[in-house]
Parts: sequence; C-alpha cells; structure tokens
Amino acid sequence: MRDVAIIGIGHTKFGRATKMSHELFSDATLQAMDDAGVELKEIEALFQGAALPGFEEGQVMPAAFSAADLNLGPIPATRCEGACASASVAIRDGAMWVGAGEYDMVIAGGVEKALMMGTSFASRTFAMACHAPTEGPVGLTFPGVFAMAARLYSINYDMPLDTVREKMASVSVKNHRHGALNPLAQFYKKLGDLKVEDVINSKFVADPITLLDCCPFSDGASALVLCSAEEARKYTDEPIYILGMGQGSGGPLSKMADLTKPVSRISSAKMAFKQAGLSPEDIDMLEVHDCFTIAELIALECMGFFDWGEAADATADGQTEIGGEIPVNMSGGLIGKGHPIGATGASQVYWVVKQMRGEAPRGNQIDPVPEYGMTDTLGGDFGTLCHFILGRSKK
Amino acid sequence: MVGKEREEMEKELKGYTVLTHAEYEEGIKEGKLLGLRCASCKKITCHPMPVCQWCSGRSLERTELSGEGELMTFTIIRVPAEGFEDDVPYIPCLVKTKEGPCVVGRLDYDAERASQVLISKQVKLSGAYTHKGDKFSGGTHTCPVFEVIG
Repeated sequence: MRDVAIIGIGHTKFGRATKMSHELFSDATLQAMDDAGVELKEIEALFQGAALPGFEEGQVMPAAFSAADLNLGPIPATRCEGACASASVAIRDGAMWVGAGEYDMVIAGGVEKALMMGTSFASRTFAMACHAPTEGPVGLTFPGVFAMAARLYSINYDMPLDTVREKMASVSVKNHRHGALNPLAQFYKKLGDLKVEDVINSKFVADPITLLDCCPFSDGASALVLCSAEEARKYTDEPIYILGMGQGSGGPLSKMADLTKPVSRISSAKMAFKQAGLSPEDIDMLEVHDCFTIAELIALECMGFFDWGEAADATADGQTEIGGEIPVNMSGGLIGKGHPIGATGASQVYWVVKQMRGEAPRGNQIDPVPEYGMTDTLGGDFGTLCHFILGRSKK
Repeated sequence: MVGKEREEMEKELKGYTVLTHAEYEEGIKEGKLLGLRCASCKKITCHPMPVCQWCSGRSLERTELSGEGELMTFTIIRVPAEGFEDDVPYIPCLVKTKEGPCVVGRLDYDAERASQVLISKQVKLSGAYTHKGDKFSGGTHTCPVFEVIG
C-alpha cells in the first residue's frame, strides 16, 4: 500500500452551533483545503462520518449533500457510521482508497449536531449504539455502560470504588484543564480549575458516573485533506504521515469476556502498532476517547501504555500530563473539548497534527513537538474501535 | 435452457435460526431462560445466535438454562433515555449464568440501598421486564429480571 499523508486540517468551534450540519462540515472542509492549499477540483472522493443525522435534522445520505454543498461534482461521497467512531472509520476508509492508489486526494472527516436533541432524546439516540435486542429494553445508557465498567475495574484490581472514583475524577480535572485553554473547545475558559471533589460530588448520571465524569453533547465538524505521500510535499513542507491504522469490532455487552479489557480495542491498537512498526514506548502523545473518565483509563491499558489496573494510579500521579510518561488529551479530550460524535475521530487527528506543527494552544503544546502521536476512537459500547498512529516523518 | 426452476428456488429458502430472538423473549416472559447447546464444544449460547458464541459451531439445539448465576456488575440509572423516565432509578446488570454465558438484564433491588457489595452475589431469574418501546424500537421488547438469592 502507498503511504498516505495529511496535508490539510479543519475544525469548527465545538459547542452549540446555529449552523446546520452540512454548513459545519463545509466550514471544516474549506478550512482544511485552504490549509493544504488545494482546490475543489483536486478532490476525488469524500468520506464523511455522521452518526445520527436522521434524528438530528431528518437527513440521511448527508455525504452526497456535503459534496454538493462544496460543488465537488459527481465524485463518490460516502457516509461512514460507527457511532462515536464514525469519523475515524471515514478517515481509515479514505486513507485505504488513497493507499490503494485509486485516488490521490480525498476529504475525510465528520460532523454531528446533537445538542438540539436535548439530553433525553439525545440519550435515546446515543443508546441506539447499544445492542438494541438485549440492551434496549433494559434501558441501558452509555454512562450506564461505563458505570458498569467502573464497578468492574474496582473489583478486578481490588481497588475500593471510592478510590477508583477519585482517580477517575483526575481524568476530568486534567482534561478540563486543557479544554479550558483550547479556544475551539466547548468548555474554553470554563472548568479549568476543577477539583477532584467537584467531580465526585456532582450529581450521579449512572452510579458511580457523575455529570463531571461525562463528556458533553456537542455540535461540530472536523475534516482532513488526505493525499498520497509522494504528492504531499508539493503542497506542504510539513505533511503528517499516517503510519498505522487499526479498526476492531465488538458486540453486545453480554458477549464480552471483560468490560475493562475490550478485545475490539486491544485488537485495533495492535493492528495500528503492527502496521506502523512501532510500540507504545515510541509514542510521544495521545488523543484518546475519554467519553467518560473511566474510558480513558481503560483505553490506556488496552493500548499498552500502562499495565492492567495501573492507568488509574498513573493518571492521579500526573503521568498523563505534559512532562509525564505520556501526555494524554492535551486538546481537552472529549470531556473538555466536546464530543460531536461523528466528528470526534477527525478532531483527535486534527489536534495531533496541531501538536506536531507546534500550533497547539500555549499551555497545551508539548515541547519539543511530538515525533509520533496516536489517536483512539471508540463507538458504542466497544462496538467500533479505531486507532491511528501519525508521524512527522515516513517510516 | 438457462434459468432455474422457481419451485426449486423456493425449496432452497431456509432460515438458519434455531432459536429466534422473539422466542427467547417469550421464554423470559414464561420464566425460562432459553439458550442453545453446541454439539461441537457442548457449551451454551445465550442470548441466541445463529452460531455458537464460543466456537462458532453450526450445530445447535435448544436448551433451557437454570436462570441462576452471579452478579458481575451493575449501575443505577439516574438520568434515563427518553421513554424510561417512569423507571428511574433502575438497575441494569450483567449476570454470568451458571452455564457460562453472560446476560444483560435488570436487577430487582432497592436502588437506594444498592452498593458495590452486591457484586459477586448469587442471583436468579425472577421475572421479565417488557419496555413499551417507541417509534424506533421495532415494537416492545423484553429483558430478564434477576433477584439476589445469597
């Protein structure tokens, strides 16, 4: 397969948007194209992550209308759906087509507009990414799934639940600290000095997950221009290369051997490391799917950055901060930056690229700029997992 | 002459499902946890799948589980999805059955008293919960309800 590079990136302000989804996606795409210095006529295909557009705006087939909104002509435009990992599925598919030699340049990204649905209906539609036949009638929600995982984490590692909750809270404190410094984040200038007690004492959504253990509902879009690596330097002096990609699938909760060790995530991360020829020790920074605080801990262990049961202490100890063993979610993550579910995977890649260019907001920028970065995106209750390993130079 | 006899094509139509999801739900309503026994590995699949959940075996026959098991984990939902407002607070749970497979259901327990010490307790099937469903659920659906027995 040919090497694939990211030559342009775009990202709307996350939070509440007045624009419609297609406008948000066009904003992110045009920004990415301007960043790359490419013209509309150079784009050969479009891959768009969008999880719930039918419920949000009564729109299915949004990718075709996005291509039309940008006057891209009759090029193939495909919606990719993997719940909260939709954009990562879109990026992976787009990169596959470029890697295969079918296209030289594509747009890949995602969009979501969830806030207008309100908490009750949004929770209903998000829960559609649970297993409808068995988890549907139970009334399981996503905070509920991760609450079950948090309780199991406490049992598996013989750590009192209150202790687990404190360590989980340190994820929220860290990610809000970084989100508050990020002008594109939903919680920019907000919650930057959150305390562990604030997280623990906020109201239960699904016991033991509190409101401040959760990421918010969000609107937003993010898009990338992907191009074959041999062409990339025609457009930019700083292409970022996709060195490894992984994707894994899970199933109903009841078929999982252990909620704290989802095989889909382990398998996807391994796939990405294998393709990149790298291991966790080589990676300088991560953007991981912290939809809930416990999710960040589980992600770090599944990806091999910490041993089983050790991400909790490491996080509370500052090992996932700048200067620690591996800085995680310097963008604010889903918790601080917001989580427009169809866009999140592209947003994660955007912030890794920003870090590698030395363009992350002051206070969040890692110095020296990272050589290798990695993203982790999760859809559903471990149903769809994607990983990307990015580098400033080719393998 | 090319083309296939339509009667022959009709005869070839067959389902691959030994136990449908609807039958599984009916079983729960009757107080039975139904599953499938694999002829290859002898293990039990529950909820039903078209192949064995352990070895992907294709030769399955219906069986009834004891309905007993161990509480693996649970949560107490305080902020529900639309349609579940009247149930709050309620307790989704994951139960590992005596026979091996895990099942997701509801735990019949006082939500204000439910705590971490419940985990690992023995539970048994004590009833069924049928949610009224909504425009998106394809009708009503039923899940098992468990109670703590020790």
